[in-house]
Amino acid sequence: MSKNKLLSGPYLLFILCGTVIPLLAILYYALVDKNGSFTLRNIASVAEPVHLKALGLSLLLAFICTVICLLLAFPLGLLLRKSGGKNKGFVIFMLILPMWMNFLLRTIAWKVLLQKTGVINSILAALGISNGINIINTPYAVVLGMVYDFLPFMILPIYNVMIKIDNSLVEAAYDLGASSFKVMKDVLLPLSMPGIISGITMTFVPAMTTFAISQILGGGNIYLIGNIIELEFLHGGSRNVGSGLSMVMMVFILISMALLNKFDKNGEGTVI
Amino acid sequence: MKKAGKILYVGLIFLFLYLPILTLVVLSFNDSERTTGVWRGFTLRWFEEIFQREDILEALFNTLLIALIASVVATIVGVAACVGIQAMTTRTKKVVLQLTNIPMVNAEIVTAISLLLTFAMFGISLGLGTILFSHICFCLPYVILNVLPKLRQTGVSAYEAARDLGATPVKAFFSVVLPDIMPGVSTGFLMSFTMSVDDFVITYFTRGAGINTLSTLIYSQQKVGIRSSLCALSTVIFLLVLLILLVRMFVIDRIGRTQTVKGGS
Repeated sequence: MSKNKLLSGPYLLFILCGTVIPLLAILYYALVDKNGSFTLRNIASVAEPVHLKALGLSLLLAFICTVICLLLAFPLGLLLRKSGGKNKGFVIFMLILPMWMNFLLRTIAWKVLLQKTGVINSILAALGISNGINIINTPYAVVLGMVYDFLPFMILPIYNVMIKIDNSLVEAAYDLGASSFKVMKDVLLPLSMPGIISGITMTFVPAMTTFAISQILGGGNIYLIGNIIELEFLHGGSRNVGSGLSMVMMVFILISMALLNKFDKNGEGTVI
Repeated sequence: MKKAGKILYVGLIFLFLYLPILTLVVLSFNDSERTTGVWRGFTLRWFEEIFQREDILEALFNTLLIALIASVVATIVGVAACVGIQAMTTRTKKVVLQLTNIPMVNAEIVTAISLLLTFAMFGISLGLGTILFSHICFCLPYVILNVLPKLRQTGVSAYEAARDLGATPVKAFFSVVLPDIMPGVSTGFLMSFTMSVDDFVITYFTRGAGINTLSTLIYSQQKVGIRSSLCALSTVIFLLVLLILLVRMFVIDRIGRTQTVKGGS
């Protein structure tokens, strides 16, 4: 049986060359300058106003996006839960299907929809609303794009957890005289917590680190930390500064996740 | 009344999810060379143009080639790895699984630049090979996480029984263990293929100059407007996938029903 261990050899090589060494490479590049001597300047460059603003905006927009996704997905989960498990396959099918259209194209479709003379404004004009909505190339459009792209990743885990909640628990709570608000707060919400937590992770991290959505719907005016890193790496910036900023970004992601886990434990505490 | 509100809510969310798709489908029939918000009349010529544009055909070919090779390699390496991981001590297993999780939880852009830096560090020039390597790396966790639980369910007893009855390890694996874990293997393969086709960020950073997949081709046109033939191609792919999924759902549904009928009798 111990010979079987050798079968994981190729995979371990992939982990080494594709995960471990690359992460060490970021660390190395972040800590040296162009000539290879040690410096902290790459990491300190986060304090530059442009970088700081981009990091702040990324955190803010990702936070708003996550909250909106959660507020949309949780009630949806409750409603779909009531419709029972027999539709489960169909619901998941409907949620995954859009992903088969390239996500960049779907985001670009929003650009077409949101244009000043675009589809949505034409419909609004036909309805007699002449002002329309002018959010293209603003952070609002970027948030909309983020919510659009990542909402399925919030809905799926929440729905998956909610559909498994034993209905007799809910009935028991009602029998014991709980109001429907109390049932939601004290029974459904805590039991859905694992789904909510993984939904938040799957929404917040990609939203915080995106550069394509902000580029497409921000019209090149909105710089998130992802856009800065992309500029540093692919458009004539410095790889070292890019690596330094990535390190800082990872630290912020880790802090967010740690806060989330703390919240998770509190959630579990109330279940008991 | 309350029920109508609920249906409206669910309907609006799905409208939100499908509105851009509807838009793209409509745009691929629009008589305008690039995507604009203006309707210029109905045409089918973008569906013809797909086959005339070399850049689109090449990007499509690259996308499918990369996805196919990456998912096949990831599946083979991944399944072998799972067998190996099963034989590991608990502590090594834990470390390996934690390392497996890194690409799943890490931000895509970080994975992308970390690979880019590694290629730069070792002087590997960017091209199809670097894209392939990167794709295999991010596909592997999907295979492992789908196969390992199945392998755990199967356990070693069936394998050992086959060995006791005189099967070689290879034969025992292919005729006893593999059929048992097949659902996990095929899910892992399909997820890898999907992730690879859909990937933009990692390809964008690890490709060489001049190599495009559909994603990077789309991104390169986002400022000037997407060529309508690219929308047409996406519409075709989307409808094809929809058809496959519907057929599969229908077939599985029927198989499921006949099985219950058989079980009933």
